[in-house]
Amino acid sequence: MTTHSPSSTRFGTVIRPDVPPKIAGEFEYSNDVRIPGMLFGATKRSPHAHARLVAIDTSKALAMSGVHRVFTHEDVPEGRLLGHITHDQPVFVLDVARHEGEPVAFVVADSQERAWQALEAIDVSWQPLEPVTTIEDALTKDPIHPQGTLIRELLIERGDDAVGEVVVTGTWETGRQDQLFLAPESAVAYPSADGGVTLILATQDLHTDQQQLCAVLNLPPEKVHLINSGIGGAFGGREDITLQAHLAIAALALGKPVKTTYRRSESFLAHPKRHPAFMRYRLGAKSDGTFVSLEVSIDLDGGPYASTSGPVLGSACYFSAGPYRIPRVRVHGRAVRTNNPVSGAMRGFGAVQACFGIESTIDLLASKLGIDPVEIRRRNVLVEGDPFPTSGQRFEDQTDLRELIDRCMALELPSSPATLDLDLPGGTGRTLMGSAVSRGEGFALGVKNHLYGEGVPETSWAKLTREGNTIIVESSASECGQGIQGVLDRIVRTEFPECEVRFAVPSTWMQYSGSSSASRQSWMSGSAVLGAAQKLKSQTSSGDEPESAEFEYRAPATYRGDPTNGTGDIHVSYMFVAHRARVEVDTELGLIRVAAISTAQDVGRVINATEIRGQILGGIAQGVGFAINEHLDTPSGLAANNSLTDYLVPTAADMPLVVIDVLEQPDPRNPLGIKGVGEPSAVSSTAAIANAIRQATGKPITRVPVRPSDIALAN
Amino acid sequence: MSSVRLRLDGSPVELEAASSTSLLRALRDAGHTKAQGACEQGECGSCLVRIDGVVQNSCLVPATICEDANVETVASLLNQDLADAFARHGAVQCGFCTPGFVVAAEAALASAESLTYDTVRERLAGNICRCTGYHGIIEAVLEVSQRRREANQ
Ligand code: FES
Ligand code: FES
Repeated sequence: MTTHSPSSTRFGTVIRPDVPPKIAGEFEYSNDVRIPGMLFGATKRSPHAHARLVAIDTSKALAMSGVHRVFTHEDVPEGRLLGHITHDQPVFVLDVARHEGEPVAFVVADSQERAWQALEAIDVSWQPLEPVTTIEDALTKDPIHPQGTLIRELLIERGDDAVGEVVVTGTWETGRQDQLFLAPESAVAYPSADGGVTLILATQDLHTDQQQLCAVLNLPPEKVHLINSGIGGAFGGREDITLQAHLAIAALALGKPVKTTYRRSESFLAHPKRHPAFMRYRLGAKSDGTFVSLEVSIDLDGGPYASTSGPVLGSACYFSAGPYRIPRVRVHGRAVRTNNPVSGAMRGFGAVQACFGIESTIDLLASKLGIDPVEIRRRNVLVEGDPFPTSGQRFEDQTDLRELIDRCMALELPSSPATLDLDLPGGTGRTLMGSAVSRGEGFALGVKNHLYGEGVPETSWAKLTREGNTIIVESSASECGQGIQGVLDRIVRTEFPECEVRFAVPSTWMQYSGSSSASRQSWMSGSAVLGAAQKLKSQTSSGDEPESAEFEYRAPATYRGDPTNGTGDIHVSYMFVAHRARVEVDTELGLIRVAAISTAQDVGRVINATEIRGQILGGIAQGVGFAINEHLDTPSGLAANNSLTDYLVPTAADMPLVVIDVLEQPDPRNPLGIKGVGEPSAVSSTAAIANAIRQATGKPITRVPVRPSDIALAN
Repeated sequence: MSSVRLRLDGSPVELEAASSTSLLRALRDAGHTKAQGACEQGECGSCLVRIDGVVQNSCLVPATICEDANVETVASLLNQDLADAFARHGAVQCGFCTPGFVVAAEAALASAESLTYDTVRERLAGNICRCTGYHGIIEAVLEVSQRRREANQ
């Protein structure tokens, strides 16, 4: 693996503060937390995708030794609902279960083992209902939720009536990817002396969790506190409430600490996943390949509860035209309720699905016109002053996209002679006959906003305290493993080279820093910490007394789209990335190996080169998984592969060779010039691989993940 | 429940276990948290330990057959050169997989074969990392392999 090192960095490369204890096995994750006298909970879940709750009989469970209590909807006053944008999700099934795995009861016992045993003793009678599992059924049958079928509908319309001489159409579909953060959900809650409750947990967003818990517990924020323990990965999967409310209710009722840890099979059912998307594209162009018009429809399967479906749909629609100049654009998007698992945030947040749609459609056009697929993109990318194709927002002070494409193409894709069996399609399964390997290359360009956008107000707070030669950083930004504390550590050390830097444990006793999502924390909390550091420096030091400075950073404003045509200044700024992939495909068996990837990404400014490379590689690994394997299959709404035996993620043997080039075109909208780096690697890697598979096989490849039957059995 | 006595990273410990309790669960229930359990199905390697010299997924080993066993985790298997290489090469993000990778990597490094890019990938293919994309881990192991070989010449 080669990394072209970025030209300059004033920050140097150093080791993140959390890394040495993690290597030594001394880092405490939320599942390692123990509080003396704690009890253990387990969650009884709906076995049906859609069913009416008839009765719950807890008597047998309560008669078991070591079982303390069983909590159900009767312990939550009616009308108190969860949901971090739309309140639409009951804490426990009230009258109807709307997806498999929806919590119906929470049993508390002396040990985790005992709590699991007690689950079997809870009798729930159900009256099964017909599950709604397709978009078509959802739109034609009765709504499965009192708030209606459509979670959000968005129409974007720009430009004149031109179509273009040459038109291509494509229908594209994406799978249901699990974040598969490695540490299953785990937390402990304990009652506090003031009648409140405290949770030690692993969440991407402390304050949004707190707000939701206050609503269901009917307690003020002063009485509900959350402390982040070590977080074993997140990728969007820890943005929603799963076990938090159950634990808080139990700890308050029992007056004791209560802990629970999910098993992997239930983790798959408990947190929202990447939305399956169903997309239709119609792209019109001049015969020289100049794009003229684009019509897109995107339907997202939201599952029964809203979670983040609204903003995910926004992201999918606003990035459905990629970073291209297209004078006429019309996008119609819908996020729809079904009885499939809940969908929500995952790295790339709607832009991944849209990228597969637009980048596949562009390849169809290129092949119809006989123009090189990279060249056709090069001719059509946005340049300074253009309107963004969907929102119409002015494209300024952004990445030079031609340079990004050229830098990606200038990298030599490493060739890997297959020296091992595992280097053949089929990998460690070794089923290849060897007679029919085709190779193909594909290219894709990715775009997504960093920060929230669409008019959501956005701030981040930080406080620095200097005690002698130590600076203590207070920031409630969640360190999920992505390295935000390493970034903040670097920024503080750069301002105070003579000082040691330490981090206070992130909690709701600190002020709001917002979610560790949308590739926003380096920009937002980095700017907050820089502001606090500069303030602290400017204060005249009295010498021995500890001195503090606080700073709240406010992001540039964004706006909701015009209600009639969806246009406006929707985003603060964008991130851009290019991927080129080489695949090897056994066309007889339909097996695929992603052999090599080259990528160029604009990171604005490098703060820690090693960590940026880590984000790029990690996102590519998830993009490889999404392209050829990862899909939680749910026939009739019931998960068929919710285990690591059946849901396959890439291992070291499956990982392609990767070459990376990093561009540094500073973003003038934040004081550090940085851009988000978390998501881009996952945005277009999948699309580039799909394009390569299409090129290698000549098959239509209309969905990801690509199944063997899409190659071996397709016309 | 019966009690199981074994040596954990050199110290005697006593664990409580039913016949169905895995070594991983018995260790963790007693507060020994160096091994993690991301799947408890033998698929991810986050629970890897060495039992009497043999590397095993502790989620698949019944605790009750470990009476008198010598169980080693990252705490006794990690060498400083590997720790340094992991940190420098970006082998760690959330770190939940890391103790398992350390056990797998030290076992690969201790074997007689000389490691190559491909053999390292093969030796680490039983461990899942969802964060790093593996290259940092592979490079760290290769570098240590090279240095230990040079030091032994
Ligand atoms: S927990 Fe043992 S292999 Fe995953
Ligand atoms: S560092 Fe997070 S799973 Fe490997």
